[in-house]
Amino acid sequence: MSDFFAPGSAVLALLIGAAFGALLHRGRVTSCNVIQNQFRLKDYTVLKVMLTAIIIGGVGVMFLADANLAKYAVKDTNLLGVALGAAIFGVGMVIYGYCPGTGLAAIATGSVHALVGALGMIAGGILFALSFDWVKANILTVGAYGKIRLPDITGISSPVWFAGLTLVAIVFFVWAERQQNR
Amino acid sequence: MSMATMERAGAHVSTSRLDWTPYLAGAGIGILSWIAFAIAKDPIGVTTAYGRLAGEVAIPLLGAETVATNTYWKAAPFAIDYGVLFLVGIMLGAFVSAIVSGTFKIELVPDIWKAEIGTSVWKRFAYAFFGGVIIMYGARLAGGCTSGHGISGGLQLAVSSWLFLAVMFATGLVASAVLFRKKI
Repeated sequence: MSDFFAPGSAVLALLIGAAFGALLHRGRVTSCNVIQNQFRLKDYTVLKVMLTAIIIGGVGVMFLADANLAKYAVKDTNLLGVALGAAIFGVGMVIYGYCPGTGLAAIATGSVHALVGALGMIAGGILFALSFDWVKANILTVGAYGKIRLPDITGISSPVWFAGLTLVAIVFFVWAERQQNR
Repeated sequence: MSMATMERAGAHVSTSRLDWTPYLAGAGIGILSWIAFAIAKDPIGVTTAYGRLAGEVAIPLLGAETVATNTYWKAAPFAIDYGVLFLVGIMLGAFVSAIVSGTFKIELVPDIWKAEIGTSVWKRFAYAFFGGVIIMYGARLAGGCTSGHGISGGLQLAVSSWLFLAVMFATGLVASAVLFRKKI
């Protein structure tokens, strides 16, 4: 509870959250139509937003980490858990029409079906907690490699990864713009 | 200014101001990540806090005893802390952005759903609820969502997060093809 009364932390949470919510809205990914059309390959807005965020964010965080101003917070690589979870997530995203973050933001822009889905997410969270003991013992232990990064397993350094990623992204962006202008 | 004039002004703004290119919004989220990592020391993410919120909702449904002894919720107890306030912030920011741009609109069934699947509100609600259940289960199983894995993990070049992105898009494409299949 002490965190709650530390003004910096609560204020930061609200400010960064608000900026994130506003950016999601301005990027139009709070629209169910935009998200559905990404998976139908008719609108590449979602990928454009995500790839740009990953590259700009990643290069900055890399410099911050090198300068000891930030620490990496990499999620565990439990191959089976991540792959299975992501597979279920992709299906859920198409049926819901949002991801958890854009769904929350969409509620605030007037989407009632996003709110219904958010209640479903609470139910999903409860189901997961109830099945957690079994999941932890049987799924999260398969292919558990811990907190590893692509540079660790490939021997290719972070700057080279980002250079390559930027190149791929630029080619993809040019292609996507041509597709949409046809 | 009369109400009607304000509405017209709002409608005008909505087309011009909402026309941010996705690259600008993406760059903004990237820069926001620098702040999240360097100052807040907590990468952008959504479903971890959501899972803890679920524990609070579960108390009246399953009983305080069940929640208190649950392994997952013991490790991730509910508190109104950074992660939960971050969710409140997302809604505040999106709300202000929608109001300022004049794009706030009550939506029961999205246009694409009306055009491709049907106009039934209850059917859309049922799908949204079911979709919400499984997207959250998947997110917790994978350890994150499109924000925590996709953006925050992707930008750290985390192996788990790039695996998440690849698999999530793949099954999403298949699910979309099934859901939006054209009737012959």
